[in-house]
Amino acid sequence: MGLPPHLRSLESEAVYILREVVAEFKNPVMLYSIGKDSSVMLHLAMKAFHPAKPPFPLLHVDTTWKFREMIAFRDETMARLGMDLIVHVNQEGLARGVSPFAFGSSAYTQVMKTEGLRQALDKYKFDAAFGGARRDEERSRAKERIFSHRTTAHAWDPKNQRPELWRAFNTRIRPGESMRVFPLSNWTERDVWDYVAAENIPVVPLYFARKRPVVRRDGALIMVDDARLPLHPGEVAEMRSIRFRTLGCYPLTGAIESEADTLEAIIEEMRLSSTSERQGRLIDFDEAASMEKKKREGYF
Amino acid sequence: MSGENQDASDETKPSRPTLRFLTCGSVDDGKSTLVGRLLYERKLIFDDQLATLERDSRKHGAVGEEIDFALLVDGLEAEREQGITIDVAYRYFSTEARAFIVADSPGHEQYTRNMATGASNADLAILLVDARKGLLTQTRRHAAIASLLGIRHVVLAINKMDLVDYGREAFDRIVADFAQAAEKLHFDSVAAIPISARHGDNVISRSDNMPWYSGPHLLAYLETIDVENAVSEQPMRFPVQWVNRLHRDFRGYAGMLVSGRLNVGDEIVVAASGRTSRVERIVAMDDDPTGAAAFESIVLTLADEIDISRGDVLCHPKQRPEVADQFAAHIIWMSDEKLLPGRSYFMKINGRSLAGSVTEIKYKLDVDTNAHIATKTLSLNEIGFCNIALGSSVAVDAYDANRATGGFILIDRFTNATAGAGLIAFPLRRAKNIYLQQQLVSKAARSHIKHQQPAVLWFTGLSGAGKSTIANLVEMKLLERHAHTAMLDGDNIRHGLNRDLGFTDVDRVENIRRIGEVAKLMVDAGLIVLCAFISPFRAERQMARSLVEEGEFIEIFLDTPLDVCISRDPKGLYKKALAGEIKNFTGVDQTYEIPASPELHIRFMNERPEEIADRIIQELETRNVLHG
Repeated sequence: MGLPPHLRSLESEAVYILREVVAEFKNPVMLYSIGKDSSVMLHLAMKAFHPAKPPFPLLHVDTTWKFREMIAFRDETMARLGMDLIVHVNQEGLARGVSPFAFGSSAYTQVMKTEGLRQALDKYKFDAAFGGARRDEERSRAKERIFSHRTTAHAWDPKNQRPELWRAFNTRIRPGESMRVFPLSNWTERDVWDYVAAENIPVVPLYFARKRPVVRRDGALIMVDDARLPLHPGEVAEMRSIRFRTLGCYPLTGAIESEADTLEAIIEEMRLSSTSERQGRLIDFDEAASMEKKKREGYF
Repeated sequence: MSGENQDASDETKPSRPTLRFLTCGSVDDGKSTLVGRLLYERKLIFDDQLATLERDSRKHGAVGEEIDFALLVDGLEAEREQGITIDVAYRYFSTEARAFIVADSPGHEQYTRNMATGASNADLAILLVDARKGLLTQTRRHAAIASLLGIRHVVLAINKMDLVDYGREAFDRIVADFAQAAEKLHFDSVAAIPISARHGDNVISRSDNMPWYSGPHLLAYLETIDVENAVSEQPMRFPVQWVNRLHRDFRGYAGMLVSGRLNVGDEIVVAASGRTSRVERIVAMDDDPTGAAAFESIVLTLADEIDISRGDVLCHPKQRPEVADQFAAHIIWMSDEKLLPGRSYFMKINGRSLAGSVTEIKYKLDVDTNAHIATKTLSLNEIGFCNIALGSSVAVDAYDANRATGGFILIDRFTNATAGAGLIAFPLRRAKNIYLQQQLVSKAARSHIKHQQPAVLWFTGLSGAGKSTIANLVEMKLLERHAHTAMLDGDNIRHGLNRDLGFTDVDRVENIRRIGEVAKLMVDAGLIVLCAFISPFRAERQMARSLVEEGEFIEIFLDTPLDVCISRDPKGLYKKALAGEIKNFTGVDQTYEIPASPELHIRFMNERPEEIADRIIQELETRNVLHG
């Protein structure tokens, strides 16, 4: 029993990072995006502050286009763990009718995710925000610090990052500035799933294969999660056995055809996979270096 | 929905602890190519990433039609465009035997800074050498930095063997050269492996091109090397990170055990205070464990209620760390702004942030020759051996004995940048030998009989801004009101106490440090002290401020525009400075850092000096320095 040594050291490092923020910052928050990484991060927080609850709220920036099963899972999880959740929607964007269809994925993400997040951080004056991003996800993330400084305008300056030595994290900020903190920086997708399995952590059922209604668009399988997805003339949703490797807004998240309906099947499938996890994320392909650009503007 | 089968794929789960390693070596020796090759061969470059890579290779690549693996790890836009690696990148891969974390640090700009960063958390360094070029100055430098940062295992990867026809001579020569170069370094193991990162020879399988080499290929070596440098055998250190009192009736000490082993029932001592207790429980969400090993994050409770806070180090009574407020340490400077002795920085060690300063730079290290060079400052990427003094004592170990409790960072108090990294060599004097003399007459008593509150009036501004003029007028007005004052200005200080100091940055810092200390003594005597100094640097004004109590320091910024000062030029100094006859003249060839929030900001344009002096007196009344 017990965790294998490499997972144990990742867990220990993440717990250290979580506690460091609580010890050094006045008003931290945990960004909770409902996905597997958020599930793992939340589980680690429950461990880090045991026997108490984590001494910070969770924040979900809701674009209103998340899968229904994600929202149900979110509310269930909060009730089960007794955590406080702040749900923030960019009302201004909503009023302007910003949607993935009306505005294109890039402008939509900018308004509903990045701006929404900035609004929430400003509103509650959070000085540190945990995010579940991992360095293996994308190449500009590979260079981001665990404690990543943000200006008063939430901007990231990749060329002027603080060197991080040992575990001596520099947590000093000026009034109005903030820190994004990534406890899972050194985890890989595989580590996350191994840990989910070893620790019995509940995750959204969409990660497991089941027959679901989908349409094929630009090579991606898009699930018809509700009636808001405008079908093209002649387009009919068909039932296929699919699952998701990563979860976001349903019109922008491509599914994979799969029969993997258990954790062990998922892990085995991942071992044999020849595409990266973010391949299903349509927003990454907008333009070259697009993640770096979004991050500089304040995206997680 | 989860975890029906907890041992989904036991045979593929690594059983060894993760190996963290660093790649280093001279520019163009193929560091990024090697990492890219390892990821590619381990099938960790996915189809979509490969497609991006092929596209980028055609656009920015340096190897013609082939895939340029370096582009895979150079993640930032500027890096791909310029074909260089700016920053440390972390990469992850695993095999059946082990998980790996690779710090890929650049060979170009700011190398020392980035390499030290990557090395601080690495157990092993792969030092790449171009078989055609042999050991270069940079190779020796990287070996020296790796050794200094506590890396004890090195792979000497002799690369580009394809370009020397896979010949043995080049390999043997480089191995012999390195053995000589490494004599003074502290490596426990050095493994030399001939490779071609570009073609994959000896990277993840034995190469048929070099039958004369009988050792393991690189990956096999990395999978099997044992780097557990006996951290668990070292004396136990538990720096308290956070005191968990969120729950009623629970007082737990949370932190990472950074070395040794800790068991329930162990007697422990708080290093700085000497208080002792016993470990009652190690608390976990599932079952409480009976002990913990190095690098585990735990929370424990003690049998006795003793005073412990963040930054305290728990240890076993017979293996205590040093407790000191002064140390000798190597400092690696990481900021564009020079390290100035006497300037106050925050030092973060074991979770505590303390004000401290470098009191002396013994020498800087020429890492190429190991020579010691006299210096007054450290610039970006320089390594110095320094004495450091802190405002209070901390528990520390020598860095060689414990990387966690012997390493620290220095933080710039204004920009909050991580300005330097330090490696403790030894404590200079034990804190217990110093006692502050108990004083019978207090500052309050001394100022009470003078019917005033002691204060420092700190006039700052350019030469010719009117500091001395205004300060003199203010002192006259204070005298009229029977206040007890003292005046410190450039003339009476520079001709006496500070006559050994010039006008370089280093001397200016020391000048203000001494003035600050003198002003503090005079405040202790109950006086109102007027200080009129250009004092161009924020950091030193802040230091002078921090020496006295809250509210006692009144910074008066005489904000006179430079052209006005030049036209006044009371001592004819601007004329000389502009003609190049005086060096380091503030406003001409040395910067003046404008105060961010002075107590009084005086735009000295139209007001008469008399009116300004009256305004300052009013301010002193408002602040109750003068009693009505």
